[in-house]
Amino acid sequence: MTPLVAHLVLAVMLFATGMAGALARRNAILVLVGVELMLNAGNLSFVAFWRYGPNPDPQTGLMFALFSIAIAAAEAAVGLALILAMFRHRRTTHLDSLEEMKG
Amino acid sequence: MSPMFYFLAGLTVLGALAAMSLRNPVHCALSLVVTFAGLAGIYLGMGAQFLGLAQVVVYIGAVAILLVFVLLLTRSAGGGEQEERAPSWRMAVLVGLLVAGVMGSAVMTVARWVPRDAAPEPVPVVQIGRVLMTEYALPLQVIGVVLTVAMIGAAVLAMPEKRGVKADRGAANGKDVVPGSGGTSPTRESGRSVS
Amino acid sequence: MAPSIDQLFVNLLHWVVGFLPELARPWASLVISLGSILSVFALLFGLTTVCERKAIARMQNRLGPNRVGPFGFFQFIADGIKSLTKEDVVPRTADRVVHFLAPLALLVPVVLTYLVLPIGRNMVVLDLDCGLLFFFAAGASTELAVFMAGWASRSKYSLLGAMRAIAQMVSYELPFILSTMGVVMMAGTLSTVGIVEAQAAVGGEWLARWNVFTPWGLVAFVLFVIASFAEANRSPFDLPEGESEIVAGYFIEYSGFKFALFFMAEYLGMFSSSAMAVTLFLGGWTAPVSFLSWVPSWMWFFGKLFTLMALFIWVRGTTPRLRMDQLMDFAWKFMLPMALVILPVVVVWHRLGGGWAGWLVCAPPLAVAWVLLGRALVGRRQIGPRTYRYADG
Repeated sequence: MTPLVAHLVLAVMLFATGMAGALARRNAILVLVGVELMLNAGNLSFVAFWRYGPNPDPQTGLMFALFSIAIAAAEAAVGLALILAMFRHRRTTHLDSLEEMKG
Repeated sequence: MSPMFYFLAGLTVLGALAAMSLRNPVHCALSLVVTFAGLAGIYLGMGAQFLGLAQVVVYIGAVAILLVFVLLLTRSAGGGEQEERAPSWRMAVLVGLLVAGVMGSAVMTVARWVPRDAAPEPVPVVQIGRVLMTEYALPLQVIGVVLTVAMIGAAVLAMPEKRGVKADRGAANGKDVVPGSGGTSPTRESGRSVS
Repeated sequence: MAPSIDQLFVNLLHWVVGFLPELARPWASLVISLGSILSVFALLFGLTTVCERKAIARMQNRLGPNRVGPFGFFQFIADGIKSLTKEDVVPRTADRVVHFLAPLALLVPVVLTYLVLPIGRNMVVLDLDCGLLFFFAAGASTELAVFMAGWASRSKYSLLGAMRAIAQMVSYELPFILSTMGVVMMAGTLSTVGIVEAQAAVGGEWLARWNVFTPWGLVAFVLFVIASFAEANRSPFDLPEGESEIVAGYFIEYSGFKFALFFMAEYLGMFSSSAMAVTLFLGGWTAPVSFLSWVPSWMWFFGKLFTLMALFIWVRGTTPRLRMDQLMDFAWKFMLPMALVILPVVVVWHRLGGGWAGWLVCAPPLAVAWVLLGRALVGRRQIGPRTYRYADG
């Protein structure tokens, strides 16, 4: 098992965990936690390829991961604000309560 | 692979599994922090110093704090009276396992690639700065715009709708809310006179 | 003679580590240097608690502790023994695991910040390429421990205190980090050793080029010090832990040794950010004037550190507490714009090369911005003749 494969397998495990969690949990915030896990898994695979794969440019993978971190932070902020707005309407963060379009 | 990598990888996976399966949402958030820390350690072990430290500052120092703040403000931090798992959670776990299996097998066949055994020369922060200002100047500006828009959007979304009510102190989103009297919102009640 | 005193501890370390096999040397060097720095700062913590109590007492026209030991300076030993032997009370409904881990989660990042502080010439534990970023990363991790402490206690006061403390720490983290960006721009490196060396006197100059001797450096220093007051939850920003407001806030349910750990972590954090202020703005271990450079570098460092600590204690004894909304307004509406104004000024300073032209061009915009932002901050209240609501005549 080469280092690249080890890191990628780790990334795959994180991604699968995040996805299973995002599908299985009913609390909106925990779904966001799953999404953050998936994003982190993607970052890890980028950095793994930067370190262990052939790349003509010395810092491309690193820069992509850096921008991805910034975007993930922005997305978390907006997502959590949405959850707060939803909470104000419904007094709950349970996703099953969002089953009506009205109100 | 060094034992340090295995330790950090194990910590990361355990943290991720705990984050997705624990009952109490605050425990989930704290396990997520462990995951982030493990990932930062892995980045540092790979020689990506700036990225590992940026991961700590942004994810642990900002995203996790946002998460726990919203948990507190939406009162999900309590015992979790509601049914936390979807009725079809077994199917979700199965899907997760399937995805892991498919992607894992795809990854294993990547082993044909020639790994770079000698470490690439570590990228000094000076070079990252230089590259950000020259090659990646446009993405940098775009990220600036995206972050500004996200900040304004989050603040607008999280502001209470009634006029004259002060926004929550200590803010829904930590960094993102401008404290002050409540903003105007498009859904103002119709009986009010415009003053 | 002078260089050997200067490098005394470095030579001592090399001598001790020389007894060990080759393989263990880097680890041993790391452990020994970190251990010695921590023990020095822990002793300093003890002495500072006593000095602070005596100093604040004098400011309030009373004597401080003066019973235990010579002039009361062993008071911290008595306090330590007391906190170790107190019963460790954990509320019945508290979350035991998180309650237990919170002091540790606060202490470990604070200790990690000491890894990148240059105490003297060649005396830094880890010379990282991004040392300053490491410092901020460790500082950012402390906020989560505050939340853990507040939430795990399952008490309304502690939760409220934790939310306020986190809001305050997060708000002041932005000016904290931004005010150092000017220094990084001028030094061209994130490494703390590089930043100190960029402030040494060059060639035959009599005055060292400390960052605090520049207009933007002075403003950034003031902002950094104020932000480090807030990051350490120190007066006047100690609403989250004020005793008369919220009964000790987020560590209300902690007793005995855990409380002592929190206390120590807060003071160690204070030392660490003062040390970073010394490194970034006051020239680290360099002497201010070149004819005083025979004094050992670590003596200069500790002298400057003690001066800043005296400032911390002085401000605590003097200023009243800020209210939460005043605190947040100050961070977002004064300090953040001011920190942003510093950045273009640094660019102009760099272009002009410093000196008199630099002062002439750079100081006015900073002064104008300072005054205007200050006016804007207090502008909402009408400052006029006082009116009384109920008293007549």
